[in-house]
Amino acid sequence: MKLSLWTYEGPPHVGAMRVATAMKGLHYVLHAPQGDTYADLLFTMIERRDHRPPVSYTTFQARDLGADTATLFKTTAQDAVARFAPQAIIVGASCTAELIQDDPGGLAATLGLNIPVIPLDLPSYQRKEGFGTDETFLQIVRHLAKPCARSEAITANLIGPTALGFRHRDDITEVTRLLADMGIGVNVVAPMGATPSDITRMGAAHFNVLMYPEHAESAARWMQQNLGQPYTKCVPIGVGATRDFLAEVAGITGLPVRADTSRLRLPWWTRSVDSTYLTGKRVFVFGDGTHVAAAVRIAREEMGFTVAGIGCYNREMARPIRALAQSLGLEAVISDDYLDVEEAIAALQPELILGTQMERHIGKRLGIPCAVISAPVHVQDFPARYAPQMGWEGANVIFDTWVHPLVMGLEDHLLHMFRDDFEFHDAAGASHHGGQHSERAPEPETLVQAMPAGNDSNVIWLAPAEKELKKIPFFVRGKARRNTESYAAERGIAAISVETLYEAKAHYARG
Amino acid sequence: MKDLPEIGCSNTPVLKQRGQREVFCGLTGIIWLHRKMQDAFFLVVGSRTCAHLLQSAAGVMIFAQPRFGTAILEEKDLAGLADSQTEIDREVARLLARRPDIKQLFLVGSCPSEVIKLDLAKAAQRLSAQFAPHVRVLNYSGSGIETTFTQGEDGCLAAMVPVLPATQDAGLVLVGALPDVVEDQALALLADMGIENVTCLPARRAGEMPAVGPNTCFALVQPFLGDTLDALQKRGARHIPAPFPFGAEGTTLWLRAVADVYGVSDEVFARVTAAPRARAEKAIAAATETLGGKSVFFFPDSQLEIPLARFLTRECGMTAIEVGTPYLHRDLMASELALLAQGPVISEGQDVDLQLDRARAARADLTVCGLGLANPLEAEGLATKWAIELVFTPVHFYEQAGDLAGLFARPLRRRALLAPLAPVVEAAE
Repeated sequence: MKLSLWTYEGPPHVGAMRVATAMKGLHYVLHAPQGDTYADLLFTMIERRDHRPPVSYTTFQARDLGADTATLFKTTAQDAVARFAPQAIIVGASCTAELIQDDPGGLAATLGLNIPVIPLDLPSYQRKEGFGTDETFLQIVRHLAKPCARSEAITANLIGPTALGFRHRDDITEVTRLLADMGIGVNVVAPMGATPSDITRMGAAHFNVLMYPEHAESAARWMQQNLGQPYTKCVPIGVGATRDFLAEVAGITGLPVRADTSRLRLPWWTRSVDSTYLTGKRVFVFGDGTHVAAAVRIAREEMGFTVAGIGCYNREMARPIRALAQSLGLEAVISDDYLDVEEAIAALQPELILGTQMERHIGKRLGIPCAVISAPVHVQDFPARYAPQMGWEGANVIFDTWVHPLVMGLEDHLLHMFRDDFEFHDAAGASHHGGQHSERAPEPETLVQAMPAGNDSNVIWLAPAEKELKKIPFFVRGKARRNTESYAAERGIAAISVETLYEAKAHYARG
Repeated sequence: MKDLPEIGCSNTPVLKQRGQREVFCGLTGIIWLHRKMQDAFFLVVGSRTCAHLLQSAAGVMIFAQPRFGTAILEEKDLAGLADSQTEIDREVARLLARRPDIKQLFLVGSCPSEVIKLDLAKAAQRLSAQFAPHVRVLNYSGSGIETTFTQGEDGCLAAMVPVLPATQDAGLVLVGALPDVVEDQALALLADMGIENVTCLPARRAGEMPAVGPNTCFALVQPFLGDTLDALQKRGARHIPAPFPFGAEGTTLWLRAVADVYGVSDEVFARVTAAPRARAEKAIAAATETLGGKSVFFFPDSQLEIPLARFLTRECGMTAIEVGTPYLHRDLMASELALLAQGPVISEGQDVDLQLDRARAARADLTVCGLGLANPLEAEGLATKWAIELVFTPVHFYEQAGDLAGLFARPLRRRALLAPLAPVVEAAE
């Protein structure tokens, strides 16, 4: 048993639902107890979908357990096929149904349905949502995709986008544009928007664009082996990565790189003098492995940030993220326990978090601004406007999104100049946020005795130094405090004076 | 107040269909129970699905460390490689060490823990002995195979009843979790009538739980507490049957039933209730301008459906087409069914596809349903009210009667406001 308070990933059958819901003409018959239908609302509410997910649940109850749950499953499957007339069905069990071992795949095979029946084996007590999406899409492709003649013009399949993905809807549009600029058409986008019959003609594409390795890497490998289709390894999030992606596509297709960057603004926006204040801002990056790796590159090469810590919640990506961390001289946080992540953030005191909705809440608690870069998603991650992460427009969106939570450049200077002015007091926060980002638990007004330091050392703060610390704008105070404490600890200084504070400031000054 | 009908829907045959049930399981009750009991922790022993459900049902994450969590069963627990009881002991010890503020711990059974027959009662007993007197450990089941949505609260309260302190003193217990502000209003009304020694189950803190005995009377403020009712009667307490305190009429009838037991005079009753009742009626009248003459269709959700249909039809001028409830407790609903005029289909349980067919055919002016169905039905042109808000929002007693009517009126008002967009609105892909 493992105690979990908040989770980054749902169970694997929710991953299967993300694939089924993204597709059309496919139905999922799920052996599951009453109550598991809660998952429908993830799609209808978070993503504002206007249709119920194409899922029929057996919703068995205690009284069925003594009777015949296998018949219940068969009836449910037959009714679903009759009512929804899908081109194919996927069948499987949720965690409880896995325990009663009814074998949905075997049962469905006995029904003599005249459509493909794709059984899913998703071990609920070992794996999670990400495995569910990847495995489900693999099984659908394995069962339905067949070798076929390549399209005359060069085309690609875009694979990986699912329901409840982080900006998948708009990434498809952006990647389609990137390919169109090079004269490459799209054969099939899957799972998002594809029907089972579309899957059968995936073999016509010359290659696959693996948009999200989390959801489609297994299918990409299978198609490489069985349909002879190479797939792209570079995920085009960020300016540099998009350029690398186009070069990779050129290598696969033999076509020259052609790119219309007339709409790309990030390079100039980040060079503009107002962005000087971004230099060396310490960021903590956490999310799914793919988005984290992309964000780290953008943070360093395109925003001029310093990456202070990284990690991912999906163990499937632990190896590449550990390697990436090592190359930056960091140790990766590989955990799906948000308390571990919170602890890492609290210890590092970054100036900005690039994370998930979970880190956004951690940031609120700690008074650290956060921009969201990855699933798990929230209704806010489905904006009405066009907001991709991939390609040129994705880079523009990322620049705006990451800068928005920060106190703006000129305002940053004003805060330094007028830090005692009543309008610039700490709790005021950034002017464009209506006063958010104030620390939740303000420090006590007066310090009767010396304050113990936040770290494990025995360093204490003398009252005048503590008072001086409070004059530092709140959004850099955490860092100043941490730096001063480590400076003192390293030098064996037991009590921090105003002098120590400024010595440390000079020591850590970053030119 | 309209004349009370003789039998209303008391003898209406109940439509029962067996198919997919689009309802929450009893674990969902943890979302409001943990807010109500401020020193309680709810530890679900279950799967990743349970954890995901709680997080999704909570809708927004709570900034602080939540007072609920899931001990997720893993492969080794199922394969018998780990002793589940030892595992529970370890997780509970860890949890209580980190949360010294916790005074009550509920071990909550789930579908998987029920299927593998994990004995949580045994665990609760052992842990109670170990952590007494600082923490009391109880268990109940919130599993979907046994409970629907609000039945989780019933299970929780029923589990508490046997360990409530015993008393011979006369007293009144209000049973059912209410938001503190609403509870305070109810207590104030009863105090103004001169009724003394009134307590609440659940109390806000472990040390304030009511004592029960043969001279205890109790009144339910929620309609889904059948097991708790039985448990209290087993302790010798006396149930005061009444319609539920929704709307001006429901609140008045509920208060009257309690007042009659305590011999409150008509004069005192009128003095105490006149002003808040008038306020409630005025507030309801405002919403009735929108709701009057409109039809309503209830999908099953919380067992609040029959009392709410009674409120909407008798006080807001609506007509009910179908009133679905996940479970129909005949005794508890007797007075409500009698008040509900004949006409609507009363359905218990669900085959969601067949019920959707009926809802589409009926095209009620307002369809009350769960979050999984609301947007899809809106996209088909039906106005909906998502049912879970009726459980999470303060809606009981006089001062909230207008808010309750407002919850139903708002979707209709919003539709009217957005009418100019109607021809071009297409739900996004």
